[in-house]
Amino acid sequence: MTKKVRKKKRRGLDNQIGQSHTETMLQLSGNSVPLEAVVSSLVDLRKGDAAVLHHIELPGEEARRLMELGFLPGSRITAGFSAPGGDPRVFQVDGSEIALRRETASRLKVTLDRKTGKAGKTGKTPRVP
Amino acid sequence: MSECSDCPGCGSAAVVELPRSRALKTVALVGPPNSGKTTLFNRLTGLRQKVANFPGVTVEQHSGLAELADGRTVRIVDLPGIYSMAPRSEDEQVAHDVLTGKRGDAPEAVLLVLDSTNLARHLMLAAPILSLGKPTLVILNMADDLRNRGGNLDLKALSAQLGAPVALINARGGEGLGQVFDFLAGAMPKPQPKELPVLQDIPKCRQWAGSVGSKAGYRAPAPPKWTRRLDAVFLHPVAGPVIFILVLYQVFRAIFVAAAPLTDGVKFLFDLSGNWVASALPDSLLRSLLIKGVWQGVGSVVVFLPQVLMLFLFIGILEDSGYLARAALIADRTMAKVGLQGKSFIPLLSAYGCAVPAILATRTIENKRDRYATILIAPFMTCSARLPVYTLLIAAFIPAHPLLGSFLDAQVMALLGLYVLGFLAAVVTARILKSSVLKSVRTPFLLEMPSYRWPTVQSLGLRLLDRATVFLRRAGTVILTVTVILWVMEHLPYSHGKPPEIADSLAGTIGRTIEPAIKPLGFNWKIGIGLLTSLAARETIVSTLGEIYGMDSESHKLELQNALHRDLTPGGAFALLVFFAFAMQCISTIAVVRRETGGWQWPALQFAYMGVLAYAGAFVAAHVIH
Repeated sequence: MTKKVRKKKRRGLDNQIGQSHTETMLQLSGNSVPLEAVVSSLVDLRKGDAAVLHHIELPGEEARRLMELGFLPGSRITAGFSAPGGDPRVFQVDGSEIALRRETASRLKVTLDRKTGKAGKTGKTPRVP
Repeated sequence: MSECSDCPGCGSAAVVELPRSRALKTVALVGPPNSGKTTLFNRLTGLRQKVANFPGVTVEQHSGLAELADGRTVRIVDLPGIYSMAPRSEDEQVAHDVLTGKRGDAPEAVLLVLDSTNLARHLMLAAPILSLGKPTLVILNMADDLRNRGGNLDLKALSAQLGAPVALINARGGEGLGQVFDFLAGAMPKPQPKELPVLQDIPKCRQWAGSVGSKAGYRAPAPPKWTRRLDAVFLHPVAGPVIFILVLYQVFRAIFVAAAPLTDGVKFLFDLSGNWVASALPDSLLRSLLIKGVWQGVGSVVVFLPQVLMLFLFIGILEDSGYLARAALIADRTMAKVGLQGKSFIPLLSAYGCAVPAILATRTIENKRDRYATILIAPFMTCSARLPVYTLLIAAFIPAHPLLGSFLDAQVMALLGLYVLGFLAAVVTARILKSSVLKSVRTPFLLEMPSYRWPTVQSLGLRLLDRATVFLRRAGTVILTVTVILWVMEHLPYSHGKPPEIADSLAGTIGRTIEPAIKPLGFNWKIGIGLLTSLAARETIVSTLGEIYGMDSESHKLELQNALHRDLTPGGAFALLVFFAFAMQCISTIAVVRRETGGWQWPALQFAYMGVLAYAGAFVAAHVIH
């Protein structure tokens, strides 16, 4: 993937965050402190982006299975390759690669830190604090 | 954590404790999916259970005996992979029930197999397993991968942390098995009870696993470089699907083109041995049974052995390399559209080999309705038993004619088309089922992507040997029996010391009785007999036709392919192909569906539905082409 393409997609991500923030009236903080963590979902991650899992919006049993696979609050998740069309996508979490459908990924809420987002590209094994 | 963990000498001291003399009786292999339990099982017992490089290959408990150096034996039970002791799917339930003693006797000890390249997460399973209180050997598998990718850990420290002996092995290469045998011989101590985390609390468990790992100096290996590189190609938005289709096309081409000399070789051997038997025996009923029945009948099926093996060779390479999980990922969208989940894709893919293991493999699907839908559509996938029928008819009716220059071959495309036809029938059926009787809420789809690995020649060789055995066993049992029964029916009623003309025989009479029903499809009574015998197993129609033509005074000198031209129009041949693509002609599949769904209603529904579809499809086919 060329740099140009990625830049374009990034803008899409920013747009989405902007939208959700107008709704929740947090636009000011979101815009003035760009490096601060913002809540978003795994779906918003592009290939190579990393984020920290905040919480899972799924019923207990389903959340449990995800947690057993390493999707624990506080763990670093990096978005990887996807099937054509971007769904499902492979996520690197806790040393494994796990494919999730868009509908599931959208329930995994993450705090997006753009600083660490860059670190995700190097493909470092995410750690649990 | 107990105080003991602070003392580094503790673990090693525990390991060299005096060996107990009594060997263990029953030991269970437990571990997360795709950690290599079955590979180790095969190593320990010398058995050949199926292994492949994706999670969820083992769905049943298998047991075998491991022989110790002193001749004593230990029963090893191989279990399906689990992530925790909270089972969700059928296969996890099996593992859970065996461990807790709900299914047979509880095992005396446990071999906990973990993937050493992802130890921190896999150690989470150690907490519930160690808390069972059984003697446990913690086995860290894939030592070769760990080393090659620069990972490291201190085994003694880990053993001290867990309070259980630890062995680092490479089950594929057979490295480090000595320690496992020592454990089986009872030469290793019971686990020292350690403070374990609360099992219900997953974050706590993970934290515990992480701290155990870091105290044992675990350095996670670098991410698999080659897996990333290969995924960049195989999961490329454009190249990925193109490669997927090219791979598929090459598989079919190999079945037709590359297997041809081997098929000719087998055929030559059969002709040679047939002639030899014919010349060695006097003209008698026995000679007729042997030559016209067994050699012509069974032989016409056995010549397809190289093609079937070629198919399994490719399936084996795809499975062992880890590409299959990627194919499941690419296909998930299509699966989602018809209401199924990506997990259904792996059983469906294995149904291209045979529907029976595919139906067993559906046990990994947590949602019962999804599972039943997958079971019901699995027999539509083109199994290897259809291959002899397809290739026989295609070779007889479609000229080897290049399309689009010499890039595509008409015969290969016809075969590919039949596979697509079966797939479409499966997809449409799934759609109907999932929007009616088997409607359900969608469950999250999770699929762990394995790293790519080189398929080993040994593993592929063993698979082919197994498949060849299965194929020949079927030829020697089901097909031989049907062939002999048919031969008897062709020789009755016996009058004036001579068998009747085949058309007037018992078999011929039955065939002619059902002829009116199959006439609209373009089939005559000879094909009708083949349809009846193929209810036992699909490829039986080939042996039946071989036998009938061998018996028929007019056609017995012709090759099977040429003889078919006398009885089938191109329209009829097309109809027959469509009929075989849709019909459920397999007793073993019906039996396994009954077992897995716990009653006759689903297999009965399936048989009727597929039968009606086959008849209707063949009817349309016969009238489209004249």
